[in-house]
Amino acid sequence: MPVFEVSGRKYDVDEDGFLQDPGIWSQDVALDFATTEGVNELTSNHWKVINYLRNYYLQFGIAPMIRKLCKETGFKLNEIYQMFPSGPAKGACKLAGLPKPTGCV
Amino acid sequence: MANPKPEELTQIDYQPGRKDWMNPAVEFRKGVFCYSAAPKNLRYLGLPNPREWQPFDKDWKLPADWKRTILEGMRERLRKFRSFRLFMDICVRCGACADKCHFYIGSGDPKNMPVLRAELIRSVYRRYFTTAGRVLGRLAGARELTEDVLKEWFYYFYQCTECRRCSVFCPYGIDTAEVTMIVRELLNLVGCNINWVVEPAANCFRTGNHLGIQPHGFKDSIDFAVDELEEITGIRVEAPINRKGAEILFVVPSADYFATPHYFTLLGYLMLLHEAGLDYTFSAYASEGGNFGLFQSHEMMKRLNAKIYAEARRLGVKWILGGECGHMWRVIHQYMDTLNGPADFLEVPVSPVTGTRFEHARSTKMVHICEFTSDLIRHGKLRLDPSRNNRWNVTFHDSCNPARAMGLLEEPRYILRNVCKNFHEMPENTIREQTFCCGSGAGLGTDENFEMRMRGGLPRANAVKYVRDKFGVNLVACVCAIDKATLPTLFEYWVPGMEVAGVHELVGNALLMKGERERTGDLRGEPFQEKEASTHA
Repeated sequence: MPVFEVSGRKYDVDEDGFLQDPGIWSQDVALDFATTEGVNELTSNHWKVINYLRNYYLQFGIAPMIRKLCKETGFKLNEIYQMFPSGPAKGACKLAGLPKPTGCV
Repeated sequence: MANPKPEELTQIDYQPGRKDWMNPAVEFRKGVFCYSAAPKNLRYLGLPNPREWQPFDKDWKLPADWKRTILEGMRERLRKFRSFRLFMDICVRCGACADKCHFYIGSGDPKNMPVLRAELIRSVYRRYFTTAGRVLGRLAGARELTEDVLKEWFYYFYQCTECRRCSVFCPYGIDTAEVTMIVRELLNLVGCNINWVVEPAANCFRTGNHLGIQPHGFKDSIDFAVDELEEITGIRVEAPINRKGAEILFVVPSADYFATPHYFTLLGYLMLLHEAGLDYTFSAYASEGGNFGLFQSHEMMKRLNAKIYAEARRLGVKWILGGECGHMWRVIHQYMDTLNGPADFLEVPVSPVTGTRFEHARSTKMVHICEFTSDLIRHGKLRLDPSRNNRWNVTFHDSCNPARAMGLLEEPRYILRNVCKNFHEMPENTIREQTFCCGSGAGLGTDENFEMRMRGGLPRANAVKYVRDKFGVNLVACVCAIDKATLPTLFEYWVPGMEVAGVHELVGNALLMKGERERTGDLRGEPFQEKEASTHA
């Protein structure tokens, strides 16, 4: 199983670099994983997206619908792509410690 | 490693290399294969040999008796599937299929010629199951089954999207997708499968759908869509879930209530079904149209397909309506009847609005929403304003399975011609039954497989580029969730600026609902264009 190591911390991740155990997420995870997703700095807007994803995940066990994420955070999809270059399902979910969605997505 | 640039990928060498084709060595380099299935997903489904491994590992941690398992598996399937034995025996290597595969066109790799791809297992079939092969070996085109051959199978049979374009051109009607299905099934026996196929199947059992959305999450998403639709139209539609006694069970791919642009198609469905006054229900248990079992084994396909019919029985519906899902329709039209059918406890579907009896669905009892909608339009039951789609200049990508596996060729076009004013076809050898695959079907739509997807999607993207340059097309409509997920990436790479939408998103834009508020924008929130369209379909 791959291990992602940064600043002396080690995380078990999958082949795409997603956290294996979403339960161990903390804000440090988001900070540590940011550079792997081309995010240089986590602004309050980034945190708004990450926290929304995280809370939705805790309630529903999965990421929210992309359209819902946009509407509830007030960001357009292209703005989310600007913040998280690999997009909501990959970049943003990875920083929020969510598993990668699979299927016809 | 960064992804290769388009100008690098178009340097395709069609001159076969000097290597003997019987040499099975392959290189699992990043970009041309998919990751292995996670052991937890194999365990969940009760599949053999769960373990940590990756295709690029030297040691695949195969079971000690893997060779016997594969050969026994072949023997069993040669007895069980006459088609498999036939396809192993009858190919005359005429080569009609050779340049019809999108992966061959996009890669130049001769083993992506369907004839040679199938030869990778035919050679093993000859060695162990024919007298000539047993006696003459190489001379008769026979090969030993070795670990390298197994790896080669994995490499090339997960570079086939089971799109069946090659089969259209085979004078013997060899269905190469069925060869791929059998080989993947054999690989499954020793635990060599990919996560993008196995995890959705495991999720489908665990929560009802590929994405792993639980019932309360499903309801949350549908409720959100109902709320948003009310904001757009002023009308509150009903979208019941698990409602016993409804006339119709409606089954959609789970991406429709998760991803974008799929979601706008969901809005279109909800508007249409409200306007038609349909007595229907969603189901949280059958909250998935897709069937990733098709991409791993007949057994898994059967198990997943059974969920839809079990739920139809439990809810007491009369028949089933299916959404814009691709491979679901291959399972329904070509396998369901013998897997789990006939569904005699249901009634032959009849449109409650028009009275049309869908005779072709008298065994499966399942109707495609494009069939349902085109019938409504044909009978003048919908009020449509196609000018609401004026910002789009549309072409239609025939999704492989609805086109080739169920013959759904006219209905989506009939709908499109009624809901938008600008519609242009791609060249005829790239549409209808000759349609080119998105390059990411059959479970291959992963990020790690990026290069192969772009190669495989090149012929489709090229045809799209043609209509963009010639007619100014800016939207590709389709009826498959994998298309909606993967075509945007493909077009961003080859034809930047091209958008993708479901047919029923465009229906939703054009549909005039009784009592709607004055609409100013489409389902994506973009304002309607008032100007008269310049060209007509």
